[in-house]
Amino acid sequence: MPFRFEKRLAPTPFMTVAVPVASVALALLFCAVFLALTGRHPLELYMAMAEGALGSAYGLTETTVKAIPLMLCGLGIALAFRMQLWNIGAEGQLYLGALAATWLPLTFPGLPAIVMLPAMVVLGMAAGALWALGPAYLRVKWRVNEIITTLMLNYVGILLVNYFVYGPWRDPKGFNFPLTAQFPPAALLPTFGDTRIHAGLVLALALVALFLVIFRNSRWGYEIKVIGASERAARYAGMDIKRNMFLVMALSGAICGLAGMAEVSGIAGRLQPGLSPGYGYTAIIVAWLARLNPVAIVLVAGLFGVLQVGGYIVQTHGVPASVAAMIQGAILFFVIGGEMFTGYRLVFTGRKGAAATDE
Amino acid sequence: MKNRYLILSIALVVAAALLLGGCGGDKKPAAPAAPEKMKVAFVYVGPVGDAGWSYAHDQGRKYLMEKMPDVQTTIIESVPEGADSERVITQLAEQGNKVIFTTSFGYMDPTINVAKKYPNVVFMHCSGFKTATNVGTYFGRIEEARYLTGIAAGKATKSNVVGYVAAFPIPEVVRGINGFTLGVRAVNPNAKVKVIWTNTWYDPAKEKQAAVSLLDAGADVIAQHQDTPGPMQAAEEKGKFGIGYNTDMSKMAPKAVLTSAVWNWGPYYVKVIDGVKKGTWKSEQYWGHMNDGIADIAPFGPMVPDDTKKLVNDAKAKIVKGELKIFAGPIKDQAGQVKVPAGTMMADADQLSFNWFVEGVDGTIPK
Repeated sequence: MPFRFEKRLAPTPFMTVAVPVASVALALLFCAVFLALTGRHPLELYMAMAEGALGSAYGLTETTVKAIPLMLCGLGIALAFRMQLWNIGAEGQLYLGALAATWLPLTFPGLPAIVMLPAMVVLGMAAGALWALGPAYLRVKWRVNEIITTLMLNYVGILLVNYFVYGPWRDPKGFNFPLTAQFPPAALLPTFGDTRIHAGLVLALALVALFLVIFRNSRWGYEIKVIGASERAARYAGMDIKRNMFLVMALSGAICGLAGMAEVSGIAGRLQPGLSPGYGYTAIIVAWLARLNPVAIVLVAGLFGVLQVGGYIVQTHGVPASVAAMIQGAILFFVIGGEMFTGYRLVFTGRKGAAATDE
Repeated sequence: MKNRYLILSIALVVAAALLLGGCGGDKKPAAPAAPEKMKVAFVYVGPVGDAGWSYAHDQGRKYLMEKMPDVQTTIIESVPEGADSERVITQLAEQGNKVIFTTSFGYMDPTINVAKKYPNVVFMHCSGFKTATNVGTYFGRIEEARYLTGIAAGKATKSNVVGYVAAFPIPEVVRGINGFTLGVRAVNPNAKVKVIWTNTWYDPAKEKQAAVSLLDAGADVIAQHQDTPGPMQAAEEKGKFGIGYNTDMSKMAPKAVLTSAVWNWGPYYVKVIDGVKKGTWKSEQYWGHMNDGIADIAPFGPMVPDDTKKLVNDAKAKIVKGELKIFAGPIKDQAGQVKVPAGTMMADADQLSFNWFVEGVDGTIPK
């Protein structure tokens, strides 16, 4: 039957809710068919996944731990994306933040926590900002595509960390293994009780509140949106586009740098290679699925926490790691693919007139 | 407006997930209460299908299950060496595993951290240096096997350049390169071993590419300290030779692989579990020799000539008997300076923190 897509004037509220939910459901259904075909019990598996991530207090706290860096990087990315600045460099900025934050406890291990931790936050943010400013400069000056530059700097950032960890910062008592010395207790972010949830969560939630105010109520937030929608319109309105590009990229990088500081100080307690299993990349998807909305980022980051924590635990049911990865991939694929239906309406042209009416 | 609904929708999804989690608790069938099996878990850094490191450990696990049918094993593969590993190890302890083997160096701190919270669980960490009353470490001197494979490589090379695809410049890998090079140079003092770092344990494409670069640079035998057979496949495609690692890699590159330095973890796993069962297990730092059988070489490929086989087998017999110590002096470094004087033996502590190359290695260790 012939059909075409017709753009909706505005996405209906019903569709904005129904489409993502239906997409996730479809993705799970799709995987269920696959799982059943390979001789597994899909429902049992999904339950094991949810139970591992949410079924116990420990699972819940660990899901939160996993979500913290995703929230922070997601927020940083969302800020840049709002202005249509495609900062793909969260991973590198995270590593740079971790690197700079590590410098302090290694150099001045005797500092008290009250000085150490805030200074580490500042250092981490500054390094992340610097790492993002290079691409911002190239973009402003010569219109160099920031997708390429930020992406390339990820590799440079990770190798830079490796250089320090394998070289000058290697723990002299560590048998030449690529680890820095362990941080003194004053350089470790406080945690809640005996869980691994660290103060990074508080920082992330504070940023969410701040972003809500900026995006909704501030003139600057409006400027970012206008510049993103149309540079030309923004220029006519007298907005300083260059200044905003620098500012937004710097802040975006700073928040990703903060994520690195939080990981190294709140979780690892020392700098080591492989600090982030790709948080900076996953956070791009988080920000995108959350449609750059700060509150939604928290929830989507939580959802990804569930997927990842649950993804490992299903292995105890004899499922290989690749199946868990496939479920995650399918959910993304369906949700992103489903977006089409919020903005467009499927119209069958076989019969006369459009049959569909919006609720 | 729009955003509010989006949030609502996501909340719904999360709620649905929560709901599923809740159901899981009710519907779960009672765990099979058949004869109580001892639960043992393994954490792997790569997928078990890597045909390398994790695969070798998993072969050990299968051996354990075969020898001790009253043991129930669980595996979790592809666990990154960061925050994730601590959670995975905790959850395994929580699930009632009595012994947990963590099989990658980067699991060291997480293993120690979790062990503090579960004093009644035995943790065995492979290749690390930290122990606790309930944490032991284990490893084997694969460099003895590498020395033997080095002899095969030294005899096979025509260009006198042997390529070595290496993962990370850590002591374990440096030790392997040195052991291998000493073997190469024992039979071919003119040969050099050219090293490329990949900075990854598991990346089939990158490992293979590194091998291709070495072949392009004149190497005609490729050795590796990587977790996949990628480098062997590169050698096969170029019609050159290779020395496999972890498992017998001749299946993946039958025309190239002369032999492989292989791990044989099974008997040690049986020994540990047996000790835990009998209550005789004590924390130790096990660093096995070839005569324990933990490290060995795979059968030779058909292209290996008989005189090479004899050289290797004779050396093997001497190593097993303890007559040949591969890190006995005199050993020179790359600059030709004697680092281990004749008549002395390199101490274990020095071997464990190896951070210099022996003479004949063409490569650098980042400092």
